[in-house]
Amino acid sequence: MNLHDRIVGMLPENVNADAHLVWRGRHLNTTFMLRVGEQEYVIAIREGRIASVTPGPSVMPEWTFSLLADESSWQEFWQAVPRPGFHDLFAMLKFRRLRMEGTLHPFMSNILYFKQALASIRLTKEEAAQ
Amino acid sequence: MSSVHVEPILGRYLNLNLLGKPHRVYVEEAGQGTPLVCLHTAGSDTRQYRGIMNDPWVLERFRVISFDLPWHGKSSPPEGWQQERYQLTSADYAETILTVSAALGADRPLVMGCSIGGRIVLHLALNHADSIRGAIGLQSGAHVEPYYNLDWLHRGDVHGGEVCAGIVSGLVGPETPEADRWETLWHYMQSGPGVFKGDLHFYTADGDIRDRVAQIDTAKCPLWLLTGEYDYSCTPEDTEYLGNTIAGSKWQIMKGMGHFPMSEDPERFMSYLRPVLEEAVELG
Repeated sequence: MNLHDRIVGMLPENVNADAHLVWRGRHLNTTFMLRVGEQEYVIAIREGRIASVTPGPSVMPEWTFSLLADESSWQEFWQAVPRPGFHDLFAMLKFRRLRMEGTLHPFMSNILYFKQALASIRLTKEEAAQ
Repeated sequence: MSSVHVEPILGRYLNLNLLGKPHRVYVEEAGQGTPLVCLHTAGSDTRQYRGIMNDPWVLERFRVISFDLPWHGKSSPPEGWQQERYQLTSADYAETILTVSAALGADRPLVMGCSIGGRIVLHLALNHADSIRGAIGLQSGAHVEPYYNLDWLHRGDVHGGEVCAGIVSGLVGPETPEADRWETLWHYMQSGPGVFKGDLHFYTADGDIRDRVAQIDTAKCPLWLLTGEYDYSCTPEDTEYLGNTIAGSKWQIMKGMGHFPMSEDPERFMSYLRPVLEEAVELG
């Protein structure tokens, strides 16, 4: 499965199937932009569930905050066991591979939710071995 | 019949004057031998050293002491704290360690600290070499630039425990045992409001020792440095810089490990620490 399909298909599927993760995010309602290189995805979260993932291009995207990195950095981040410096959103931030912008309150008050949600589409060790 | 295991760690409270004020400080001890004082990371507490303080090999050779810094764990903040903004400084941190060690009769201890503790042992090696017999810096760097807005760590509209654990969770190595990963993060979730941020004042501003580390005399104070390869706060490069700058220091990068080696994977960490402790014992 390519990266696009993982984000559009697997991300909502995995998050919404994780009852405890959804419960932890039950007060979270936000829409954020995930940018993988030039490709944009607007992701809406309603009460901890991923309600929609809308890939760009879009002429009038609306979002509260965005997470931006180039495609190769995200590819590294989604490896089964990522290399040091690519293994965590804040590691990518430290090394200036990731930029966070916008109104960050929904993200900063739910960091563990977002980290787990995004990590849920990492390759499995079996997939990585192929 | 359920089995019960009682750990060898004993906890007590020390009442003493620190920094000109009465304090109540929580101290844990285990083992007999050379005093080894262990210093926890920013925004955490003594529980990080539970692995070492339960290790029979260590306890046969060392009197291991760990204490919660004031404001941390089960140590109280000083009276009047509600009117104060907590900010750790190099001078206060060093004085606290030396005062608590002296109060416990720990004569010229070997001092081991992680992160902020890994920084302060450099200050101790430089300024108080006569008071310690050696220093072990875990995740030691001479300086760290803040890489996120530290204000997020202490504001009424963000849960402090959630944000502190969220910020540091990636500093735990990726293949850490799950129980130890979440134990380590739980400690961060329990920190008082603004305490982690106050510690980072030392870590990111006041404790900058870049221009003086070369003056550390390892003949007077032996220095060992151990750093996890996944640490992006104090990076392997930061430790390499120290190793190349401080003549006679010994350093090693710990594969697969992160910023909290003694807490995130005590067993793997002991494989790196044991040879260091053996050397320290030989030096006396």
